[in-house]
Amino acid sequence: MDIRTAQALVRFGLGRRGAEPLPSDPAAWLLNQLHQPDPTRFDDQPTTAKGLTALRDDRANKPPPGESQVAALFKAQATAQLGNAVTTPAPFRERLVWFWTNHFVISRRQGGCAAVAAAFVEEAIRPHVTGRFQDMVLAVMRHPAMLLYLDNAQSFGPDSPLGQRSHRGLNENLARECMELHTVSPLAGYSQADVTSFAKILTGWSVDLKADPPGFVYRPTAHEPGVQTVLQQQFPADEAGGVAALRFLANHPATHRFLATKLVRHFVADDPPPDAVRAIEWVLRDSEGNLGAASAALVRLDAAWQPLKKLRTPQDLVVASVRSLDLPPDVVPILGILGGLGQPLWTAPAPNGWPDRAADWAAPEAMLRRIDWASGFAGRIGDRDVLEVADNTLGPLLRPETQEAVRRAGSRREAMTLLLTSPEFQRR
Amino acid sequence: MNISRRTALLGLATSATLGGANLALAAAPTDKRLVVVILRGALDGMAAVVPYGDPGLAALRGPIVPPAPGQPEGLLDLGGFFGMHPSLAGLHGMVAAHEALAVHAVAGCYRVRSHFEAQDYLESGADHRMTSGWLNRVVAALPAGGSARPEGEALAVGVSVPLLLRGPAQVANWAPHGFSQPAPDLYATIAALNQHDPVTGPAIAEGLRARGFSAAVMAGDSDAPKDKYAFPTLARAAGEMLRAPDGPRIAALEIGGWDTHTAQVRRLPGVLKQLDDGLVALKTGLGPAWAQTAVLVMTEFGRTARVNGTQGTDHGTGTVAFVLGGAVAGGKVWATWPGLAAEQLFENRDLAPTTDLRAVAKGMLAAHLKLDAAALGRVFPGSDGVAPMGGLIRV
Repeated sequence: MDIRTAQALVRFGLGRRGAEPLPSDPAAWLLNQLHQPDPTRFDDQPTTAKGLTALRDDRANKPPPGESQVAALFKAQATAQLGNAVTTPAPFRERLVWFWTNHFVISRRQGGCAAVAAAFVEEAIRPHVTGRFQDMVLAVMRHPAMLLYLDNAQSFGPDSPLGQRSHRGLNENLARECMELHTVSPLAGYSQADVTSFAKILTGWSVDLKADPPGFVYRPTAHEPGVQTVLQQQFPADEAGGVAALRFLANHPATHRFLATKLVRHFVADDPPPDAVRAIEWVLRDSEGNLGAASAALVRLDAAWQPLKKLRTPQDLVVASVRSLDLPPDVVPILGILGGLGQPLWTAPAPNGWPDRAADWAAPEAMLRRIDWASGFAGRIGDRDVLEVADNTLGPLLRPETQEAVRRAGSRREAMTLLLTSPEFQRR
Repeated sequence: MNISRRTALLGLATSATLGGANLALAAAPTDKRLVVVILRGALDGMAAVVPYGDPGLAALRGPIVPPAPGQPEGLLDLGGFFGMHPSLAGLHGMVAAHEALAVHAVAGCYRVRSHFEAQDYLESGADHRMTSGWLNRVVAALPAGGSARPEGEALAVGVSVPLLLRGPAQVANWAPHGFSQPAPDLYATIAALNQHDPVTGPAIAEGLRARGFSAAVMAGDSDAPKDKYAFPTLARAAGEMLRAPDGPRIAALEIGGWDTHTAQVRRLPGVLKQLDDGLVALKTGLGPAWAQTAVLVMTEFGRTARVNGTQGTDHGTGTVAFVLGGAVAGGKVWATWPGLAAEQLFENRDLAPTTDLRAVAKGMLAAHLKLDAAALGRVFPGSDGVAPMGGLIRV
């Protein structure tokens, strides 16, 4: 394995799976994943209708915790999602799905989100990771998972018929986070008035649990009447005004700068090199927010082929570990492990998602938990040759001192523990 | 010098501690319990059971030999020639109670010094790697229909099933919830491998410190913090499961940390104590079922007779094995002692093996589980020339 191949597999992928065939041209292998359709298929495809129906039934039947439909659905879907990460032949695409899912994070910490978390990924994120950013924004903002997570389902125009009748008003949570975390970011210099106006624009974007099938609904009777101004742009009332405002925010130059910074931080380095950020920013601007083009530009960055500096998150680490031993996806309870390592799936603590800097993951106890987990997981090495596993998974990234420690270890399990806890395996 | 078998017997009466209740409980063959403990990483047999009576010992490894019996922190005597390491006080007490014995200068039927290959052979029960372990084949050889246990007669304790218990016969697996913790010396190696990394290095060092793994703990100078995956905890749990009337009858446990290439005097006592505590905990957990129990403690090979350049020992050949349990005719060190003069060492390097580990295991299986010659041949293929060792189990 040459160094570029090793970097491509780790920096842009999820780690090599066993001794899977190596690409002859690593950059072309990555770009090809962007050009080919997403190969992901689920036996039981998650849908919003299925999730919300389960949520509605649970709320009506109030089952004991062990019999909750939503809990069962969440577990099955999350497990399937992680299993897909273990087996996917298009790991760069999967990494992009993870990246954008974390950019537009939803969390089961908010009641109801668990029911539609997988549907959110499959309906709002995955179809758009190589498409246009504005389409992803629109899909996200209309998705019940996001509308429930950031309370917009309960936001009423104060002057709308429903607002007047019920004396309920604005909840600007989604509007603020959409501007601050999803699109223009504080770089755009918006004011509280802009946030309030945008919140009014989004009133009426809600979730209908009673409909058949339940799902997104635009409620004109909850929508604030009148023209609104956001960042000096005027938007008409009604749903079309919201769509126009989202397109405006999605294509704003500040959005391109913000997304470029996050993409480069994620795939290159915690401190993104300014020229690399600029390169991605220009691609986003010139392509009108084409995420496939931006992803391809990441692969072409010189900085993307420098030594790996990022620290794998727990999710990266566990999936890469399972792939390194070429284990079937169903033998390792990844979902539970992620909780123990501090990154439970789709359960981020706040709307800014999981952090993307090493310092946030390298807390002392967190690192020790990685070691403890690795020492248990390493028991799955069975009768395999750890040096061979090390060579397969890391190739030229393996340091001589780690190789020597693996060679000298007292058991295969200890040797595998040393490989999984080596600094080079922690990197991506 | 050559001390023949049984000459190292303790001067204790062999029947004194055997009560009638124990005999009554041992009636049905299916009530027998068999436990195998794998010491991964190669126990230095001459450090666990020290041949302090051998005149060649001091020249080979004087700096790492504990004081003679009777001196402060000295060896625990085993009949005037051998002494048990002071960290094995519990096991020494079992020898004194005639329910444990040591087999010295023992080795498997292979002569490799790779941990991984040797562990494979140790668990396969052959001089090559097989797809099943010998203990699994023991399960298959047990009379069928005696148990309604859907999960099988055998139990692997820990997060994985060792090769020893893998194979066609069904095996249950048990481990506590949550993450295990590696042994302090593995933590130390991990910390060393990460020490120059600007991110992981300081975090791991601080994490270990915060958890109470001082430099002294990692060097083996003081006890490690409590760990629910620690060997004594697992051994206690295994004992309790084996004790249950409808529980498993055969169990495998393992404990690592024996690969003492450096600073053996500091690193070995901690892991010996873990083993000792674990064997006592196993007995406690088994309760009355201890009387029907035989335990084999084995390691993949021994270590060099001479101390190396870093106050440790390197991979060797002959070592010690322990047989213990209420069903064991203990109270002795069983050895055809090869001597420690240069020409008596194996390849002028290791304790020469004079007893085949398969003879020990076959002796236990024949007398304790009543396996016949044909079954023993299936358990240890190619061992027809190795006769089962007699006298290990009370009759």
